[in-house]
Amino acid sequence: MVTPKFLKFDTLSLHAGQQPDPTTGARAVPIYQTTSFVFDDTDHAAALYNLERPGHIYSRLSNPTVAVLEERVAALEGGVGAVATASGMAALFLAVATLMGRGGHIVSSGSLYGGSHNLFSYTLPRFGIETTFVDPRDPEAFKKAIRPETRLLFGETLGNPGIEVMDLPAIADIAHAAGLPLMIDSTFTTPYLMKPFEHGVDLIMHSLTKFLGGHGLAIGGAIVDSGRFDWQASGKFPTLSEPYDGYHGINFADEFGTQAFVMRARAEGMKDFGACLSPANAFYILQGVETLPLRMQKHVANAEKVAAFLDAADEVEWVKYPSLKSHPDHDLAARLLPKGAGSILSFGVVGGREAGRKFIEAVCLASHLANIGDAKTLVIHPASTTHQQMSAEALAAGGIGEGMVRLSVGIEDADDIIADLKQALRVSQAEA
Amino acid sequence: MDVTVDGKLVHAATGGRALNPNEPAVVLVHGAGLDRTIWQLQTRNIANRGRRTFAIDLPGHGRSEGPALTEIGEIADWLARFMSAAGVETATVIGHSMGALVALEMAARFPDRVDKLCLMGVAEKMPVHPDLLAAAEKNQPLAAELIVFWGLGEKAQIGGHPLPGLWVHQSSQVLLEKAPANVLFGDLTACNGYASAIEAAARVTCPTVLVLGRDDKMTPIKKARPLAEAIADQRTVIIEKCGHMVMSERPNQVFDALKGFVF
Repeated sequence: MVTPKFLKFDTLSLHAGQQPDPTTGARAVPIYQTTSFVFDDTDHAAALYNLERPGHIYSRLSNPTVAVLEERVAALEGGVGAVATASGMAALFLAVATLMGRGGHIVSSGSLYGGSHNLFSYTLPRFGIETTFVDPRDPEAFKKAIRPETRLLFGETLGNPGIEVMDLPAIADIAHAAGLPLMIDSTFTTPYLMKPFEHGVDLIMHSLTKFLGGHGLAIGGAIVDSGRFDWQASGKFPTLSEPYDGYHGINFADEFGTQAFVMRARAEGMKDFGACLSPANAFYILQGVETLPLRMQKHVANAEKVAAFLDAADEVEWVKYPSLKSHPDHDLAARLLPKGAGSILSFGVVGGREAGRKFIEAVCLASHLANIGDAKTLVIHPASTTHQQMSAEALAAGGIGEGMVRLSVGIEDADDIIADLKQALRVSQAEA
Repeated sequence: MDVTVDGKLVHAATGGRALNPNEPAVVLVHGAGLDRTIWQLQTRNIANRGRRTFAIDLPGHGRSEGPALTEIGEIADWLARFMSAAGVETATVIGHSMGALVALEMAARFPDRVDKLCLMGVAEKMPVHPDLLAAAEKNQPLAAELIVFWGLGEKAQIGGHPLPGLWVHQSSQVLLEKAPANVLFGDLTACNGYASAIEAAARVTCPTVLVLGRDDKMTPIKKARPLAEAIADQRTVIIEKCGHMVMSERPNQVFDALKGFVF
């Protein structure tokens, strides 16, 4: 039996989306630092504007450097296409605005990045879009929260910062039975650890700022489309299956089929909202993507050692990391994340909020800042920073205790990371 | 637009333009297991150059009602009935792969209804690998994978597509996977069983262009040459760094090939 020999993940990380520059022969992806692109003639210009021919017009809509990153992320995820954005939050808003308008409703996991939670809780309602938050561990809760006006189910592959694992196949089945797409923020796991499209997910968003970049140099985001959701058959998405006056009555599903979502997101969303990724930032992120497989292996190996250390430490009350047998989603993680459950973990320091503060102020090697997925180890106290706008009830629902510390384990030598944590834990327990 | 042929609904994309009966007509015929959207980078393009454009879904494909037809001559006859139902007396017919065989047979059977012919990814015979046929018969994902593996050229397997953000590999795969059960097998069987290409080519009287990918593994250039030689009025355009899926892989080069011929 013949089997297709497609390029593998590690190869795609280095090559997908790029041919050596035809003019100069440059092997690296050039930074096309330009706002605009010349047209061959007026016919070519008109054809580009009318979505008749492929190509670049203006870097808010698309740019050759950014396009390499978009194609590479789509290739790594196994999607039909991607749109890169100025940040992960821009990607989330772009996806929502492409799918729905006033009167729309989202069913979302309650365990979300604070920015996403804020968008759903406070900002989107101003535009007439409501969200119901549910327990990410309870697929039936997603089902019960679906209303006639629901247009999207949403969650994170690993909850932030509670590190819950979503049962993607079960929730995807619920979404599809209701004629709805499931969109997942896959930032914590990256396509190296999990390919959500293989589990029934329809749309993926990324904060490229995190593991895909890996260096903490540049902010960026992306949405990726599986191409498998049938917008026409669902009948709930007029933005994709009915004529759009913005482009002389174009019907994206009719004309672009599997590309309908990404074509509309770019043609309308990048044009009107304008949250584009700069070519320089796309270049920086591409440098990170080239080493994604190597870095993720080291991230996971280090995280497992750190989790084992924290689990055994007297100064630590509890540790949430799905690879630990004590984690309630251990079996699900083993099924969905066979290469490892990422490198974000959370834990509670004995002594609550004050001990947590002392711990964070005592770390030396780890950096106290508002990011994850850097090659360097990072720590933060979510209740006072990333999730500080959430009420006590919402914090509790999201699994965020006052003393919780979130740790993003880097790729330093694991012994050095553990030594730093050890001395900081000792300080956390010292009397004033 | 939708029309009824043989009592069944048939759908065609028209490039976002209202159909003008005074404009010359162009009919685009997709290949095995695909649908009208494989022409997504040509349909609007042709329509906006003053052509009444129909990128059709063959019966049982895309939004057209089934069942699918499983013999090339039968599909060519159906295409003539589609044109009549759509109010088209004569048209430029563009076909790809299986669709190219249909277009060829249509031009041979109805020479007064085809004013120009464009055959993309075509060969004198299209034998289907037995493993591919077996996978298609069992409706296995392997069938789509093999078509993508053999169908896309090496350049397209790496990417760098001119449509920003498009990953043509998966785009092709998902489109093939969306075909209803048994449709791909029926199409491949039609290709496998068609042995009249040279005979049909000899009966073609209209101007014809063959558009071929230099690296096409499914319909290699050397297998297209006897077909080209059998057509009285033809020219051949070879697209470099391109496999079988010419209109997906190299849309700008396909545009150049159509310019001056179709529009």
